[in-house]
Amino acid sequence: MIVVKDVHFTYPNGIEALKGISLTVQNGEFVAIMGQNGAGKTTLVKQFNGLLKPTKGTVLVDDVGTTKVSVATLARNVGFVFQNPDHQLFSESVEEEIAFALRNFGFKETVTKKRVTWALNLLGLTQYRKTSPFMLSGGERKRVALASILAWNPRILILDEPTIGQDYQQKEKLRQFILQMRTQRKTVIIVTHDVEFVAECNPRVLLMRDGQIIADGEATETLTDTEVLTKASIVPPQIAQIFLHLPNMKLPKNVIDVYEAREILLKTLERKSK
Amino acid sequence: MSVFSGLKFRKVSSPIHNLDPRVKFVYVCAIFVVAILFSEMLPLVILFLIQIPFVLLASVEREWLRSMRGAAFLATIIFLTNIGAAFFRDGYVLTAPSVESAVAMTLRFMVLVESFSVFFLTTSPDHLGLALEQTRVPYEFVFAFTTAVRFVPVLAEEAQTIMDAQKARGLELERGNFLKRIRNYIPILIPLIIGAIRRSLELAEAMESRAWGATKKRTNLYVLKMQRGDFVLIAITFGILVIAIYARLFVRIPTVNELLRSLP
Ligand SMILES: Nc1ncnc2c1ncn2[C@@H]1O[C@H](COP(=O)(O)OP(=O)(O)OP(=O)(O)O)[C@@H](O)[C@H]1O
Ligand SMILES: [Mg+2]
Repeated sequence: MIVVKDVHFTYPNGIEALKGISLTVQNGEFVAIMGQNGAGKTTLVKQFNGLLKPTKGTVLVDDVGTTKVSVATLARNVGFVFQNPDHQLFSESVEEEIAFALRNFGFKETVTKKRVTWALNLLGLTQYRKTSPFMLSGGERKRVALASILAWNPRILILDEPTIGQDYQQKEKLRQFILQMRTQRKTVIIVTHDVEFVAECNPRVLLMRDGQIIADGEATETLTDTEVLTKASIVPPQIAQIFLHLPNMKLPKNVIDVYEAREILLKTLERKSK
Repeated sequence: MSVFSGLKFRKVSSPIHNLDPRVKFVYVCAIFVVAILFSEMLPLVILFLIQIPFVLLASVEREWLRSMRGAAFLATIIFLTNIGAAFFRDGYVLTAPSVESAVAMTLRFMVLVESFSVFFLTTSPDHLGLALEQTRVPYEFVFAFTTAVRFVPVLAEEAQTIMDAQKARGLELERGNFLKRIRNYIPILIPLIIGAIRRSLELAEAMESRAWGATKKRTNLYVLKMQRGDFVLIAITFGILVIAIYARLFVRIPTVNELLRSLP
């Protein structure tokens, strides 16, 4: 469980990136953080594994203050996948890259081997086992970075912009994987600009603007509230847009799921044709 | 990172910022030469103090202090090795002259850092590039140089991000014995270097696709011209050099110790 209490954060150069954030993320919750560029999303999630410590206020991860323990200790429970994979890849092979964190955490060599194989398989990277990560495409490098974190099976997973540069199939796999994490009562927090991806996943959504949270709730509520969405520089998912732009048909306003939309439209059309 | 911030240029206008970089460079070189001419404490103290008016005139005190603090670590090492060596050489006693000479060596280093820092704090990379260009350095080199200077803060920031990313994977930089600690930096250096190479290749492609080097003869919007302030600085530089060389050749420089004793 992550508890954030009135957190302010100012970068050394004086930019106040977080201005009083309070929030609780329960175990097993799936949260998407959205908002315009520079809203403070990355700054906020970096508080969750202690990379940044609050200037004011407290962040508790499983009841432990992030100022009290090292990042490496927190990292055992909080996996953080960075926005840019090139900031972490350094090994000769994909396999070594994934084993790096496991060795840091002191896993036994046999366990490490097993976990590496598992992670490679999970992200469809088995054929690149011995390849240098620098030879891979952008999307593949991103997956290697993700695999290197998933390998130690952290209880809380933070993904900064996981869908950038991924084709549809990979996004779908990622979504399935997140849903699977949810059934294992793992916490997943993603930072993203990908409205359609969020609409498909239907998580709890936090909207940020200028270092503050301006909306917090179910995706069906937040992603169809045009007023706050405009404030956060987000357009509603396309399904919601269709429904919002058909005021005369008396459609419900809070629909973001394609299949649900289809059912509602079919029913409405049937009623009309009678 | 604090050493870098001591060299980071911030755009402001002051009499020092507006000086011709070429003249400033000559001045810095002169200070270098003088600092190396003397190994006594007194002239080095003077040399250190001479530059403080420049810092105040340019109002870069904060940045200057930070770079001094950044250099403090190395300065301490220099001081300790010097005094340690003297301590063993003199048969396990500390003498006033050996302390003084250790202080002088440290001051010499501080003077070098100080003048370098003042130069970079008050000279914009563009200005410096312009100066190089007008001294007929080929534009390709000038461009490479100014780009490199401009990318230093970017690299420093990137190093920080990489460090964060590896810490998030359980890397503990402070763990292990000395050798292990050096090895701990590999996961940070490799992404940093590869990133820099990749960025430079991308930059080259991006520039070529925007027709870099299409015209052979470049002209500049701004042209550096020597002004009154520049001539004043040249005079000061010349004065310092003449006095220093004269003092070196014909004056016996008293130690601080003697000076203190001669006071009533
Ligand atoms: N290392 C840093 N030093 C100083 N200021 C920073 C740093 N990182 C971010 N900022 C500033 O903090 C603010 C919030 O940045 P942050 O990276 O958290 O935004 P973000 O919501 O993740 O944006 P994006 O969608 O572009 O990733 C911005 O104004 C940014 O300029
Ligand atoms: Mg971000």
